[in-house]
Amino acid sequence: MSVKTLTIDGKMVTGAAGESIFNAAWNAGIHIPRLCHIGGLSDVGACRLCLVEIEGQPKLAASCLTPVEEGMVVRTNTPRLQAHRKLIVELLLAERNHICSVCVQNGNCELQDLAEGLGIDHVRLRYQFPRLGVDTSHERFGIDHNRCVLCTRCVRVCDEVEGAHTWDVKGRGRNSMVITDLDEPWGQSETCTSCGKCVQVCPTGALFEKGKTVAESRKDRRFLKYIVTARKEHQWIR
Amino acid sequence: MPTHVQESSKPRAAAVRDNRAKFLERAMSRHHYSGDALIEVLHTAQELYGYLTPELLKTIARKLKLPPSRVLGVATFYHFFSLEPKGEHSYIVCLGTACYVKGALGLLEVLERRCAMAGSTSPDGKVSVNSARCIGACGLAPAMIRDGEILGRMTPEKLNEDLDRIGVE
Amino acid sequence: MTIEELYETQSAELDRRKRLENRIYCCTAAGCISCGAESVKKAIADQIRSSGREGKLEVCGSGCLGLCSRGPLVYSERDNELYGEVAPEDAPALISSNPVDREQLRFKRADLEAPFFAKQHRIVLANSGRVDPENVTDYIAAGGYQALAKALTEMTPAEVIAEIRTSGLRGRGGAGYPTGLKWELVARQPTDTKYVVCNADEGDPGAFMDRSVLEGDPHRVLEGMAIAAYAVGAQQGFIYVRGEYGLAIQRLQSAIRQAEREHLLGNRILETGFQFRIDLRIGAGAFVCGEETALIASIEGKRGQPRQRPPYPPESGLWGKPTLINNVETFANVARIIERGGEWFASIGTEHSKGTKVFALAGRIQNTGLIEVEMGTPLREIIFDIGGGVPRGGKFKAVQTGGPSGGCIPEELLDTPVDYESLAAVGSIMGSGGMIVMDETSDMVDVARFFMEFCMDESCGKCIPCRAGTVQMHDILARLTRGEGTPADIDMLEQLSSLLKEASLCGLGQSAPNPVLTTLKYFRHEYEAKLKEPAGAGAGDSAAAAGGEER
Ligand SMILES: Cc1cc2nc3c(=O)[nH]c(=O)nc-3n(C[C@H](O)[C@H](O)[C@H](O)COP(=O)(O)O)c2cc1C
Ligand code: FES
Repeated sequence: MSVKTLTIDGKMVTGAAGESIFNAAWNAGIHIPRLCHIGGLSDVGACRLCLVEIEGQPKLAASCLTPVEEGMVVRTNTPRLQAHRKLIVELLLAERNHICSVCVQNGNCELQDLAEGLGIDHVRLRYQFPRLGVDTSHERFGIDHNRCVLCTRCVRVCDEVEGAHTWDVKGRGRNSMVITDLDEPWGQSETCTSCGKCVQVCPTGALFEKGKTVAESRKDRRFLKYIVTARKEHQWIR
Repeated sequence: MPTHVQESSKPRAAAVRDNRAKFLERAMSRHHYSGDALIEVLHTAQELYGYLTPELLKTIARKLKLPPSRVLGVATFYHFFSLEPKGEHSYIVCLGTACYVKGALGLLEVLERRCAMAGSTSPDGKVSVNSARCIGACGLAPAMIRDGEILGRMTPEKLNEDLDRIGVE
Repeated sequence: MTIEELYETQSAELDRRKRLENRIYCCTAAGCISCGAESVKKAIADQIRSSGREGKLEVCGSGCLGLCSRGPLVYSERDNELYGEVAPEDAPALISSNPVDREQLRFKRADLEAPFFAKQHRIVLANSGRVDPENVTDYIAAGGYQALAKALTEMTPAEVIAEIRTSGLRGRGGAGYPTGLKWELVARQPTDTKYVVCNADEGDPGAFMDRSVLEGDPHRVLEGMAIAAYAVGAQQGFIYVRGEYGLAIQRLQSAIRQAEREHLLGNRILETGFQFRIDLRIGAGAFVCGEETALIASIEGKRGQPRQRPPYPPESGLWGKPTLINNVETFANVARIIERGGEWFASIGTEHSKGTKVFALAGRIQNTGLIEVEMGTPLREIIFDIGGGVPRGGKFKAVQTGGPSGGCIPEELLDTPVDYESLAAVGSIMGSGGMIVMDETSDMVDVARFFMEFCMDESCGKCIPCRAGTVQMHDILARLTRGEGTPADIDMLEQLSSLLKEASLCGLGQSAPNPVLTTLKYFRHEYEAKLKEPAGAGAGDSAAAAGGEER
């Protein structure tokens, strides 16, 4: 496999041909913010947090979907990118009802981490306060749409790894919502295998395990790497 | 009997109604039951039944071998598809640019006052009111569609007369 | 049919017409139909029958005659006259061979020498109003499918592409990408299976050019697609039509059927070895499906959400295969270029924008309708000479081009020529060709709000900047129109504009701020006049106060 050498934030980095800028950077210890990307699932380039500047290209590029190229000069953290990321996270915080103090995921939430990392202490936009439901009909899990950021990780893990395709998105634009089957209560889903993968990949407290306290509510993502490596490389290492 | 199915005394209409399942089946088989044809099949289903019920969506999902959530995801993405029964008559007000600058909002107001809010059906099931983003009749702005027919250069007066004619209170 | 038969059909039809005294064309485009064109056409047909002159007189439907504001329109070939606001009662006078009878209709005559007609240059619309869209023989009589015959027998695919490159034709769907270059990209792909797709999703509110072409001259689009298929090596084509365009769909279906029957499409095109089939796909009410990657998803039966480019469709499109996507008007130019040569086409227009462009004039303008002008024509000429200006002595304020992705151009920039670069330089875009005129009754902040509402409703919801950003921008604009805005709101509007432009996934979000940015640039005083407190006061930062909730 051929190897490409490029510069990311002034650092010489190598990546395999076809590898994304995001992964090459991550392997070199440069952590680009992201929300919809998660190792082991396909990438959709939807959250736009991982945008980077590439020298000689007028447009910003989603690093999760842009393969490395020889001699590329990439910048991941310019003031322009920081300003955009900050506003994107503020948009998310204002879009639904993210109230950390009453959330099971408080302290273990990727959205919260992003906001902290970007130095967001207040939101300059109007909160939309949509009225959204909570579905606790499933015996082990629940979904609180108020905390959903529509990253579609649950949809992808259910389709690509579990193979059940219980989840999908209905509606469009701001009326988008994740659904199970024909938008039926999760507990009545005929396709759900209750494997819980969706809960583990959810970045926020939208998908949660019932009956867990805040302290216990850490999400375990190692399983994804385990399954994906097992499938691709036939190595069963945990 | 819900009012969404346009009642007609013609025997042909009745025959079509009884054969709806067969027509839908034929549409799916014409596309070789391919999941790629989902949108065409939904178009046919809606034409036959007026709107898409959960049972219909389930049947389509099973026959096209698609996950139910994907079928609903597609059906709700496109504004043409309706999951609820439609009124006996349908009025679609164009709120595209040309119509907007020529006073389309006044038409919508009439309908909302006399029939139902945009996107819904009057309680008696008589009239469904919807808005569209340009129906391509901008030269005739403000324009609207009544039961599939384009009405151009509308005024609130003309619309009121039209509603009187079909017997809206 | 064979190529010889194609020419024979043409001369037979032309001979037949020579024996006619007159042929009357009734506009049967959607606009005229909605003001009663069908009954006018029927009245004329009845009148011809009852007068017993069927062999001498003929009435047929036709595509858009242009002057939609005066429908129903009727064109009489013998005396080269166009009549507007025709009623069924006018039928006897229309078919009369006595000039005195026809003089009764003089008040309904449109002046074909008027600037509305004289200043137009018709390539795409050349046949519109001169052929019966429901009859393939009419198209053949007008020289139709001869360009396809020429391409198939006298030119190699590479020569066809070279001709298109010489012509300088650029995409008419909005972005203006050089068409020849795109064809070459697809032709270069080594795979066997390739597709040609015609984008007929025309979603810009205020635009109806593509619909008129499809309704008025569908075979021209089919012929253009077939030539493209030959050039790039495709055997299957799709036309993705907006679901709202019922009549266009009907006409296309019948045109495809007729063309297949005559072997102008299908397995043995003109009895050469070339095959190409075209299927229709009907849209289901989503503006974003006009974006090429969303359109592909929609043809594949999925939610119409755009995806990251590259890969671009010429490399990986429908079902992962190389796919050529062009707009209706782009395809409609192709046959004429092959017929008359790329050099001829390149001699029309400006240095970088060749040929003509069709515009749909609407809004506060005298002559609403469909026009085609040479690229480089100044906006002023289009609006005041051709369009007749603002009616009833109103005062012109701005013209909006490019729909929700375009911008509002003020009076002082009306000498801007219409070409891709000049329009982009003033902050708008060529877009697909909608032109909406506003007069002093239009509130520019409300216009910006209107377009933002459109983008908000049509956002697919996949990427955050567009999904949530349009909501916030609309919120701010609505507040401003209500007179509740603050200077901080305008500042936030600008920040959000920059985010959407640079960070959105597809063209919808990237161009959604254009109407806001252009109105802020040219009509900022209207925004400032609406502020709760005068600009510069700075205090009472209500957006921050209201939005300052703790997480
Ligand atoms: C939101 C959005 C809507 C679009 N709508 C249309 C449309 O309705 N018709 C069209 O031809 N192109 C539309 N386009 C442009 C297409 O993506 C594509 O560029 C075009 O069809 C290419 O054809 P052309 O090269 O002939 O212009 C749209 C683009 C975007 C971003
Ligand atoms: S804006 Fe109403 S028909 Fe186009």
